[in-house]
Amino acid sequence: MKRRNVLAGLSAGVLAGCSKIGATKPMQKLFGAADGWHREMQRTLGGPEALAREFSPADISPFFRGNGTLDPGTASYAAHEASGFADWQLGVTGLVARPLALSLAQVRALPQRTQITRHDCVEGWSAIGQWTGPQLKTILDLAGLRPEARYIVFRCADNLGDGDYYESIDLVDAYHPQTIVAHQLNGAPLPIKNGAPLRMRIERQLGYKHAKFVTGIDAVASLQGIAGGKGGYWEDRGYQWYAGI
Amino acid sequence: MKKHRLSTRLWHWLNLWALAVLFMSGLNISNAHPHLYWGQWGFDPRTAWLNAWTFPGWATIPGYYSLGDARSWHLLFAWLFGVGLVVFLLIALANRHLWRDIVTRRKEWRWAEIRGDIAAHLRLDFHHGTGKYNFLQKLAYGLVLFILLPLMLLTGLAISPGSDAAFPWLIELFGGRQSARSIHFVVAWSLFAFLVIHVVLVLLSGPIRQIGDMITGGRSDEAA
Repeated sequence: MKRRNVLAGLSAGVLAGCSKIGATKPMQKLFGAADGWHREMQRTLGGPEALAREFSPADISPFFRGNGTLDPGTASYAAHEASGFADWQLGVTGLVARPLALSLAQVRALPQRTQITRHDCVEGWSAIGQWTGPQLKTILDLAGLRPEARYIVFRCADNLGDGDYYESIDLVDAYHPQTIVAHQLNGAPLPIKNGAPLRMRIERQLGYKHAKFVTGIDAVASLQGIAGGKGGYWEDRGYQWYAGI
Repeated sequence: MKKHRLSTRLWHWLNLWALAVLFMSGLNISNAHPHLYWGQWGFDPRTAWLNAWTFPGWATIPGYYSLGDARSWHLLFAWLFGVGLVVFLLIALANRHLWRDIVTRRKEWRWAEIRGDIAAHLRLDFHHGTGKYNFLQKLAYGLVLFILLPLMLLTGLAISPGSDAAFPWLIELFGGRQSARSIHFVVAWSLFAFLVIHVVLVLLSGPIRQIGDMITGGRSDEAA
């Protein structure tokens, strides 16, 4: 009888107190660990090089929804937009042998990859689109990644009111063949709502990893000390750093 | 001989705990985009086959809308649920619990037998039938163990973009990512319906002894 009361009390307490328990340090650690187990399971079962499914042109959604920042809305972004992003620069900095500042024309002149993939938003919806751009790997090789580098951080032109958007991935995803810096959606320059002029495609992860309005690629040894230290705008607000699940 | 083995009892309560957290955090996740579609893609609520409700805070984990926190709970307890299910099914297969107590026999599928079983249930007579469970019980437990719970695990994995790259045949099996997500939602509510019926029947059939037996193991009345 006693055991049953204890059990009932325990489960009621657990359900009612989830919000409070969830905020404690040990639970946060456990959540982070579980996220890592999902990453390891997926990479073990599929191999680190497993490709996201690629679709045929007939599968492309009639419209590609924009989400998050639909327009950065700053004066400098508006000026870039007015000039057709002619002066946009993609900085490649941090732990690289040769820091770069690439113009859009230089990004377009690199070897290109085109892929038709499904974009899965963390909210639950999906859309299929065709993306074109150089592989991130090409740019990293051009800059010469230093051996201490462990993460690639993407700097963005949009601010969500309480912080600049940014994202990060590890080197497995950075060197993955489908990780590209896209400047085209469905054969046309990226629309503003989808991240013009440059956005990331990290095809094996959820949409919030695919940073839009990208201004910089930063190679770092650790994510600590960057903004909230969790590796991304949404990660600093409780989202999972590994978003393959 | 105990009525319920230790492995069954342990899994029963751990699984209840896991499913409760998964269901309630799942409702929080559903609130982010409560629209369901079929096929690979879907993002426009006007094309949804189901526009679900926004679930209230008292039904969700955490008790306020937070997609990030809800996913943390969901992705952690998915391990308890998934590993627990696989381990329990393997043990129950090895000790013949599934074969002896859950799998129905051909003679149980005669209409006269089934009709008698339904009639007995309607009279609230639950102490009939030969083995440990009567036909409707076997049917319900079999549906949950072999179909609904595995479907939750598989559709949950299929929705994940990383799993889709690792084993693409899985999403194909369900007809696309949005189909898998729709099935995940429908089966979650089917399991909730099972929970309601299960609890009502426990309450009607001597709840103190029933719950006590699921904790202590009880004594098997099969031997009599």
